[in-house]
Amino acid sequence: MALLQTNNVVKRFGGLTAVNKMTFSVEAGKIVSIIGPNGAGKTTFFNTLTGIYTPEEGQIQFKDKSLLGLRPDQVAATGIARTFQNIRLFGSMTVLENILVGMHIQLKQGAVDTIFRSKKFNEEEKDAENRAKDLMEYVGLKNVGNELARNLPYGGQRRIEIARALAASPTLLLLDEPTAGMNPNESEDAIKLFRRIRDEKGITILMIEHDMRVVMGISEYISVMDYGEKIAEGSPAEIRADQRVIEAYLGRGAAVAHEQKV
Amino acid sequence: MNTFFSDLYKKANTGFWPVVIAFAFLVVGTISVYLNPRSLFAFLTLLTTPVILYFMKIDTKVKVFIGLLLLIVILPVLGIRNIFYLEVIFQMAVFSALALGLNIVIGMAGLLDLGYVAFYAVGAYAWAIFGSKQMSLLHSIPGAAPANAEFFLDARWFWLFIFLGVGLAALMGILLGLPVLRVKGDYLAIVTLGFGEVIRVLALNLDKPLNLTNGPQGITPIQRPPLPGVVQALGNALTPLVGHVPTEAEIYNVFFYFLALIIIGIAIVVATRLEDSRIGRAWTAIREDETAAIAMGIPLVKMKLAAFAAGASFAGAMGAVYAANRTFVSPETFSFQVSIGVLTMVILGGLGSIPGVIFGASAVTLLNIQILQNFSLYLSDLRQSDAVIPIINFPWKNLSNQLDPAKYQKLVFGLILILMMIFRPSGLIPAARRQRELGDEKEAE
Ligand SMILES: Nc1ncnc2c1ncn2[C@@H]1O[C@H](COP(=O)(O)OP(=O)(O)OP(=O)(O)O)[C@@H](O)[C@H]1O
Ligand SMILES: [Mg+2]
Repeated sequence: MALLQTNNVVKRFGGLTAVNKMTFSVEAGKIVSIIGPNGAGKTTFFNTLTGIYTPEEGQIQFKDKSLLGLRPDQVAATGIARTFQNIRLFGSMTVLENILVGMHIQLKQGAVDTIFRSKKFNEEEKDAENRAKDLMEYVGLKNVGNELARNLPYGGQRRIEIARALAASPTLLLLDEPTAGMNPNESEDAIKLFRRIRDEKGITILMIEHDMRVVMGISEYISVMDYGEKIAEGSPAEIRADQRVIEAYLGRGAAVAHEQKV
Repeated sequence: MNTFFSDLYKKANTGFWPVVIAFAFLVVGTISVYLNPRSLFAFLTLLTTPVILYFMKIDTKVKVFIGLLLLIVILPVLGIRNIFYLEVIFQMAVFSALALGLNIVIGMAGLLDLGYVAFYAVGAYAWAIFGSKQMSLLHSIPGAAPANAEFFLDARWFWLFIFLGVGLAALMGILLGLPVLRVKGDYLAIVTLGFGEVIRVLALNLDKPLNLTNGPQGITPIQRPPLPGVVQALGNALTPLVGHVPTEAEIYNVFFYFLALIIIGIAIVVATRLEDSRIGRAWTAIREDETAAIAMGIPLVKMKLAAFAAGASFAGAMGAVYAANRTFVSPETFSFQVSIGVLTMVILGGLGSIPGVIFGASAVTLLNIQILQNFSLYLSDLRQSDAVIPIINFPWKNLSNQLDPAKYQKLVFGLILILMMIFRPSGLIPAARRQRELGDEKEAE
């Protein structure tokens, strides 16, 4: 049974069908990518998965439970963490605090513990802080724990977002164009990081990605979307050879597909 | 010029100099207020001491010592010599608590609440209604109190009502929040503004069918808690320092001053601890980016309600204290202008900054009830003199009586808000995040 399974998911914005009859699955322990031209509906699909949008039709199952009707925070609590296409950090909090926010679901301290600074509170905070430091190191953030998140360069901010998502100890990690705006070296590092996340932490990864080198280099399975629909899926080799995929990209202008969005 | 001053400050801020400066202000301020209880300048000199303590590099123990000396010994003594100062500081503390509460809602959670005064009113009216004779007057029309009316509760219930004020205000915060939190930004501001007015209008009109609030006339007398012998003894202890045996009214003033001080102390601890915890981080995350916050598993509505409740509770406690202090409440005290006043304090001091909003509350209160008043007095002195304004040869005598700075509170609030928003939106003491020991800094060297 797949970890994540959607059936005929439809999401419309007025007359525009942004996601159309998406039937899609992610096996546990895999690194899976969704690709497709700009405006294909990839981000919208992510947003329906995470409860930001409610699909008009279809089912979404995660760990054999339906996610339909859950608020985004409830979806997060089931073990799905995500990053955003246009980085969304808590800019005027420190890097470390951003990561601590990611642990919100796991921390058990209540208001009374907080006000009286109970032993439970102090231990939990200490522990969370240590975990946050480990995560910073894990994603390659050095000596910036006390910096405000908004003061970090672009690549650093991407790392914070990933660390913050990992802080939730998710089962499934959704990455929306995680290497957008990175130079080839940085992309290379990112690929290594994603592999480690899967191999060492056993976290399943589903990502949207435009950079074909990244996609082909890391994905074990690829789905292609165009005009809200899934037009192809398969291994990287199969996708590379798929006629409809080539059309979707070349027909609509390869340049657009490779444009790196910030 | 600028570097001259900053160099000077740097020099003054090293070694033993800060301690010397702090003591100098403390001693000079104390002596001049003692000798000259009416001088505003002397009072301001004294009040500079805590600012110096906050900003300059002084050993924490010394800071605490000077601070406690000022708060526990000097201010009460001077306050009895000029009772007005205790009143000023009492109000500073009241408004600091309100500002700390509003800061949770606006500064931390980013929810613009323009009806904050409502929670203050709830706390005040709770004790006003039960701590006065009002419960015996439910069936009589305002102003026509029967002579045999009794106090409903013993005055000692006051202590419980501080906590009840906290609970009631928090409950009101949640009740307001439930329908209101669906709207955001400007809409939230408008709805909360309306809520504030609703509470005031209720207080104004709930004299029928049951006379619960006594309408526009307000409720009086409201009981003060009986003071146990210890406090009387304290009054006697003050006698040699003050130069006369303090009257009961003076002792009550000292008592309320200390009560407000304790509450503000608790408020600071609670606000600081909430800020640096899962709850406070969730609030700030919501303020910074709701979408990201909810994706991290933060339940928006629940956390926003918590912010409303926590913020409101500070006002509820101070409301009960205020009612007892004044022995009188009326709807007028809880006008929209108070909400704006507290907002001004928060913005002047620094949204989200705990030391900032306390400073803002103190500065605005001082400006409001003392500096503007003094200025008014000065003007009216001039009016009675034969002096003329030079150059234009305009006699002060002919200056209109309408020109009374004390009446220009609203103008001052407005000016502060506009100037701060344009020139220093993060406030005079901007919020700073806690810096943690990360232990990796040294490896980098
Ligand atoms: N909130 C919204 N309201 C209306 N239309 C929307 C909304 N969000 C997305 N759309 C539209 O839905 C379509 C799919 O957008 P989406 O952002 O999902 O594309 P995408 O595949 O992520 O593209 P990109 O590669 O540019 O990120 C687009 O036509 C977009 O304009
Ligand atoms: Mg997208």
